[in-house]
Amino acid sequence: MAAEYDQSIRAVCTALEVELAELPDWNCCGASSAHFLNDELALRLSARNVRIAQQHARDLLVPCAACFQRLKHAQKALRQMSRSTATGPINGTIDVLHVNDFFCRPEVLSRLRVRVVKPLSGLAGAPYYGCLSQRPPKVTDAPRPENPTGMDALMRIVGMTVCRWSYKTDCCGGSLAVARTDLVLKLTGDLLAAAVEAGAECIVTDCPMCQSNLDSRQAEIEAQQGKHYGLPVFYITELLALALGVGQPARWWAKHLVDPTPLLRTKGLC
Amino acid sequence: MSLPTAPQHPVAWQVQSAVRPSSEFVELVARSGAQDVGRCYQCRKCTNGCPLASEMDLKPNQVMRAVQLGLQQEVLGSRTIWICAACQTCTTRCPNDIDIAHTMDVLRQLCVRLGVTPAEPNVVRFHRLFLDSVRRHGRVFELGMIARYKLASGQLTTDMKLGWELFRRGKLNFLPDRITGTDEVRQIFKETMERTA
Repeated sequence: MAAEYDQSIRAVCTALEVELAELPDWNCCGASSAHFLNDELALRLSARNVRIAQQHARDLLVPCAACFQRLKHAQKALRQMSRSTATGPINGTIDVLHVNDFFCRPEVLSRLRVRVVKPLSGLAGAPYYGCLSQRPPKVTDAPRPENPTGMDALMRIVGMTVCRWSYKTDCCGGSLAVARTDLVLKLTGDLLAAAVEAGAECIVTDCPMCQSNLDSRQAEIEAQQGKHYGLPVFYITELLALALGVGQPARWWAKHLVDPTPLLRTKGLC
Repeated sequence: MSLPTAPQHPVAWQVQSAVRPSSEFVELVARSGAQDVGRCYQCRKCTNGCPLASEMDLKPNQVMRAVQLGLQQEVLGSRTIWICAACQTCTTRCPNDIDIAHTMDVLRQLCVRLGVTPAEPNVVRFHRLFLDSVRRHGRVFELGMIARYKLASGQLTTDMKLGWELFRRGKLNFLPDRITGTDEVRQIFKETMERTA
């Protein structure tokens, strides 16, 4: 579903000399569906991935907000369980990181800052974090779950204008998109209207579910509200790659339902 | 003495007219993994922050109170437990540190386990088919899952245009992406789903 997110993360990491290795034979964490229907299933599906990472002595860099939250939950549960048994190895010792938290580490930020070749000056975006990279903070360890600023910092470093809005961490409706599409249209409709009101020309996110709901449902929302938004919804890493001059952005733009090329052309960015 | 007027909400009316508090349900909910519901003192912070409260038949704070009172049928038969998107805002803000979002998980699981007819059958269908796709392949095969959901829900023609737009852009794979550890994944399903069946 989100090849453009995958490819742009890899392009940015290569440019910043960060070595990535895909987790071998990873399985789906079960997303909302698993924890809705069976707590133990949810934990064990995610725990399998954490164990594989541990066997390879690798930290997990997680692009998807839902996967991040579920993996982090499993990692903490594994650590807790192995602490409560006196013998045996300690499990869950690896780190589980969401992409933005990683890019916001000082040593990564400083590399990013000096490698920007094409500042995205004049491009105004609303940073949209959604739910699961932040909440609940006792799982995610998010320092500011009500007003996160990591993506704001990344946008500023590549020269973007960051729009202030109060919907940064409001829900897009997530997995209700299929069975209760009406609810997702309502929530994402509110988000689009708020972003435009804040002066945004685009929305910037780090969650594939949010990107999908905001981008692919936009035409329906426009029909429902009788308005035209045409608001591109970017992954933060697509914009970082664009500013670093790496990857193949034209291929990524072709994956979007709201075509970002007219906006980028007016800014001289494609 | 004037007669009480019926409040707008049907369940609230039931609560007002026939309350026989029982601790059985709150104990069942606690045994099933949500131990903190008793701490709720109805500040309504959960409901005020809930993005979908306006669509719910029982507001999140009412769910908490209904569990405390033992209104099992009203809670497990509510739309609320399936409309909740698990955004975790309530859990993050609760001043009594109640994991409200996880309580919703526990209530959904009880609804299924006890065979209560879910108020939002399509939501349950979707989650079951999503998980079945994970069980089969180790990862979700979106196209296959959506096709099965459409057959099961009877929503055959909705989102056809969107489906085409996604397919055209290469966002939906034609074939499932299988992992080599499917046996291991199936074993996890077998052990956990059978235990709660």
